[in-house]
Amino acid sequence: MSNSNLTRRGLLKTSAVAGAGVALPTIFTASSAAAYTNEPTGSTVTLGFNVPQTGPYADEGADELRAYELAVEHLNGGGDGGMMNTFSSKALQGNGILGKKVEYVTGDTQTKSDAARASAKSMIEKDGAIMITGGSSSGVAVAVQALCQEAGVIFMAGLTHSNDTTGKDKRANGFRHFFNSYMSGAALAPVLKANYGSDRKAYHLTADYNWGYTTEEAIKSSTEAMGWETVAAVKTPLTQTDFSSYIAPVLQSGADTLVLNHYGGNMVNSLTNAVQFGLRDKQVNGKDFQIIVPLYSRLMARGAGANVKGIFGSTNWHWSLTDEGSKAFVKSFGEKYGFPPSQAAHTCYVQTLLYADAVERAGSFAPCAVVEALEGYEFDGLGNGKTLYRAEDHQCFKDVLVVKGKENPTSEFDLLEIVEVTPAEQVTYAPDHPQFAGGALGSCNNGA
Amino acid sequence: MLGLNKKDTSLLILVAALALFAPFILNPFPAGSGMAQFNAGYPDLMQRFVIFGIFAIGFNILFGLTGYLSFGHAAFLGVGSYAAVWMFKLLSMNVVPAIILSVITAGLFALVIGYVSLRRSGIYFSILTLAFAQMTYALAYSVLTPITGGETGLQLALDDPRILDGAASSDNIPVPGLFGMEMRGSSQLELGDWVFTFSTGYYFSAIIMLLSFYLSIRIFRSPFGMMLRAIKSNQQRLNYTGLNARPYTLAAFVISGMYAGLAGGLMAAMDPLAGAERMFWTASGEVVLMSILGGVGTLIGPVLGAGLIKYMENILSKINSDILHGWFAFMPDGLEDIIVSMIYPFIGKGWHLTLGLMFMLVVIFLPGGLVEAGQRISRLFGRKKSEDKSDKSTSTEPAE
Repeated sequence: MSNSNLTRRGLLKTSAVAGAGVALPTIFTASSAAAYTNEPTGSTVTLGFNVPQTGPYADEGADELRAYELAVEHLNGGGDGGMMNTFSSKALQGNGILGKKVEYVTGDTQTKSDAARASAKSMIEKDGAIMITGGSSSGVAVAVQALCQEAGVIFMAGLTHSNDTTGKDKRANGFRHFFNSYMSGAALAPVLKANYGSDRKAYHLTADYNWGYTTEEAIKSSTEAMGWETVAAVKTPLTQTDFSSYIAPVLQSGADTLVLNHYGGNMVNSLTNAVQFGLRDKQVNGKDFQIIVPLYSRLMARGAGANVKGIFGSTNWHWSLTDEGSKAFVKSFGEKYGFPPSQAAHTCYVQTLLYADAVERAGSFAPCAVVEALEGYEFDGLGNGKTLYRAEDHQCFKDVLVVKGKENPTSEFDLLEIVEVTPAEQVTYAPDHPQFAGGALGSCNNGA
Repeated sequence: MLGLNKKDTSLLILVAALALFAPFILNPFPAGSGMAQFNAGYPDLMQRFVIFGIFAIGFNILFGLTGYLSFGHAAFLGVGSYAAVWMFKLLSMNVVPAIILSVITAGLFALVIGYVSLRRSGIYFSILTLAFAQMTYALAYSVLTPITGGETGLQLALDDPRILDGAASSDNIPVPGLFGMEMRGSSQLELGDWVFTFSTGYYFSAIIMLLSFYLSIRIFRSPFGMMLRAIKSNQQRLNYTGLNARPYTLAAFVISGMYAGLAGGLMAAMDPLAGAERMFWTASGEVVLMSILGGVGTLIGPVLGAGLIKYMENILSKINSDILHGWFAFMPDGLEDIIVSMIYPFIGKGWHLTLGLMFMLVVIFLPGGLVEAGQRISRLFGRKKSEDKSDKSTSTEPAE
């Protein structure tokens, strides 16, 4: 018996040594002849759509995924072509990207940096994705952007509003089409001044995480610049669902305006609480009490129901815009899914087209060539008017919409009305603005 | 060999062989074929297998031997990650100092939490550890943002000091490495349609996993391990004999915390980012699941459990409805839709459901976990199993 044991062990040992011998030389040699990570060699090219399918932002993730599927359909020549027809660049032919058919893989970010990175890594390492896009939270966007920089693929950010994505955490391989906290503040301030005057006392409730901080800072600095006073800024835990205990002190503070730096479920709950407490019927300092929500989305407005009526906020895009690009997008999205797209869907669709277009113009999938094609690129016809991808921080500069909860909504999608389209010049800032300082793009990385 | 008996030696060699040939074993299907979906032999997932294996091995030293169910072990993993990333930022991109510091930090942390929590046992101990872990999570998520990076997580930056490395030579952030050998480096071997990837980071982690596994065998077989088992089987009797159990449980707690710190440090070494959600209570629950699924108190069980859960999380969750439709495309349209709609809730984002069902089945029918399943199968074919029974190396002892 011991004999048989010994042979088995001997066999294992021998095979282990042999395996090590086979493996060792290859471990330390350079991997392959590819010019860059995941160079597409066949007749197809794979894009990675990394969106939250579970967790607090799953609704947004689902809408983003719909937009991506629509974009892939249009790129491959299916459907009615959507915004490809209104896009100022005519490089896209509807025959895929550089003649290669577009395929895609999906992953679930779970709105967690770790899970998002694991998912993106498997797309890059296993599925050979040449570009990663998506995300519905700034933490995830920043984490995946850094990963893509290391791995040498392009990252086209989805919904991410924090200043840091193109501020202190910017990366050369990452691009953001969505607007940011600073732009929200800059766009909202004049509208607030016109409607509520220049001597208000503001009380901030801020979600206790990165995006909350940058939004609070942006709104504070732009409202203080026009004469408002900030009474207090209170952080609320992200997991909070009942904000009653945070709303009660607002009235005693002598403030006459409440700024809710909350997003998603947080905003739905805090706004509902505030309205239930009767804040909006109060008179403070001889003025009507007002509530402001810096970042609005249709999905949030739907959650908060009638409470959003008359409340100001900002948004990246809204389906009721009447330019040719928006109309074409709403039409093809509506025909495919039966309801209008959200701003998250819009930014994801646009990012996919922009990437495909940049590859066509560059004539190569190599990340550095794509970066060069996108940097300083000016385009139009994608729903936000004339837009610039600034080379210094890879942020898009375009008009920002100031919206208001509609008084008489006609459907469950028709909840916001556009108050003002703030022109791009008014929300443009210097690349070294203090709210964005401290980061460096580095240089583009081709990987491999 | 190495102070192990015959059976443990063969177990160690088996694990070593599995680890060495993982790139082959986990890639059974040719790239490009429809089944390639189920290949798990890409670097990131293989690294996760061994890293969570280390985490589970360490957890098993506490839970499997002493029976103390800690619900806060993810905190040590997180602390280890933060320590490692700070080492990368301040000292050097070499992984050695980072991993050493992460083990030490997690150990100190475990000492403090263990000292307080171990004053109670059973459910009170579990709740105390859970509370501590959630406190750490909350601190890391918001209050300690300057140190932990808050929600965004702690990341490397171009202008980090990195005292030992000197100024960055290029415009890009350097990557962690072992004396110049980059962790993310890899090479590929193409055999016909098969593509096998050998990653430096994976083999580095695998070697550390083997060392941890060996250490865990030695602990299991040592007098110290025996004492821990005594605590599990009857702590009261132990007290009556005049022995104070607490130093032993505290030692086990700290050791297992250090294992978690090691896993956290390795995670940061493979992917230099530390996020707070690594410390969330669900992450602590995951390691409990891993241990139970694999077989609590067995040597190899937790490693298997870790592999199974990570496989499901990364492979099953990526199957979307399009792929399903692809599989069943041969069926008539109506039937295809019915089949897809029946399977769909269990894959993709519904993978948790499958995991839950599997966990229930294992707990009800295989209380000893996957290891018990293996034993039952080998008993079916086995000839000489009864003689080896004297040594209980791989036999199972349900947790409580």
